[in-house]
Amino acid sequence: MDLINLGVKSIFIENMVFAYFLGMCSYLAVSKKVSTAMGLGLAVTFVLGITVPLCYLLQTYILSEGALAGILGDSFKTVDLGFLQFILFIAIIAATVQLVEMIVEKASPALYGSLGIFLPLIAVNCAILGACLFMVQKEYDLVQSTVYGISSGIGWWLAIVALAAIRERLKYSNVPAPLRGLGITMILTGLMGIAFMSFMGITL
Amino acid sequence: MAETTVAKVKPAETLLSKRRKALVTDPLNSDNPVTVQVLGICSALAVTVKLEPTLVMAIAVVVVVALSNLSISLIRNLIPNRIRIIVQLAVVATLVAVVDQVLKAYFYDVSKLLSVFVGLIITNCIVMGRLEAYAMGNKPYDSVLDGLGNGLGYSWIILTIAFFRELFGSGAVFGFKVFEAIGISETGWTGAAFPTNGLMTSPVGAFLILGIIIWVQRHFNKYHEH
Repeated sequence: MDLINLGVKSIFIENMVFAYFLGMCSYLAVSKKVSTAMGLGLAVTFVLGITVPLCYLLQTYILSEGALAGILGDSFKTVDLGFLQFILFIAIIAATVQLVEMIVEKASPALYGSLGIFLPLIAVNCAILGACLFMVQKEYDLVQSTVYGISSGIGWWLAIVALAAIRERLKYSNVPAPLRGLGITMILTGLMGIAFMSFMGITL
Repeated sequence: MAETTVAKVKPAETLLSKRRKALVTDPLNSDNPVTVQVLGICSALAVTVKLEPTLVMAIAVVVVVALSNLSISLIRNLIPNRIRIIVQLAVVATLVAVVDQVLKAYFYDVSKLLSVFVGLIITNCIVMGRLEAYAMGNKPYDSVLDGLGNGLGYSWIILTIAFFRELFGSGAVFGFKVFEAIGISETGWTGAAFPTNGLMTSPVGAFLILGIIIWVQRHFNKYHEH
């Protein structure tokens, strides 16, 4: 039950885009067509589902203070490798993204073509690193971090697909010239955020 | 707008030719990383509820962009093309770790406020974007200037957003209660203290304000999409 709560919370209430502004770059750039947005959303969810638990294992068994004592003996009891957190997390993320890129290239060349530069750039999608850092901050365990990773991915997916659908319709409206593109997209995101704020009243 | 003055003082120095001056000034307006190139939006919105953490964030980003541009530019001929992204990430992550440790040591309160967003400078697209687009193909000194320019272009946008969000959100500037100071709280038209405006302190306010800033800026510099 707690896990379902955590899932609902990370998809709707603490949505990556609307509550934490994470992953905005690709959210803005790849949201012109629903099909591409679907593909990228799936890839991001997949990467999040793998990296967040991996980062949890890394944090618990290697990086946190005294964790090395279990492996290397008591003389390492006071060693705190916390300062290596950023560099090791980003290395794990980059490796997973590389893996996903190879899978997508083999499995669906069409999607690979349409995602273009944004597939390797998932490595620098702040949603991924953000979720890993939030996982550490909120002290989730292994199962919770898996659920957290997947459901925040789904939340991001939902946001980008919804925006892409709106922007496909927006082509037919008469937006003031300086507001076209990025400007109107930001305001749209704000309005969608207001809609998502209504989930805040839910107590889990 | 302290950033603009910094950029204008620089040309007086002998080392700066017209081209180099443009490296710093272009990203402030016509080639702004946030409003024109659409990079680094995440942190531009996340840290801008109050001016103080925003200022710290802006300084951290300027330092990281300039220094990572310098380091990558120095080793640009040694980096094999296939693994350049990993090398760039490693350099940026190291610099950010240093910034994070410095913040934790000297500005602990602010670093608590910024929480994970200091770490997220690593994935700030401005940093990676400048490394890919500029530092990989240009000399160190030019790269530093380019990094400074883009960092400052980012800074003035997030400081503007933070100014409006803090002013209309909590009625203050740098924590100084403006509306109370001019008497609105006591004898003003409502007779009550300035209430916290939830729309501005919540993420929604940030999206709307950035949208409006982009609108105004593009109206003046005539940059239109499509």
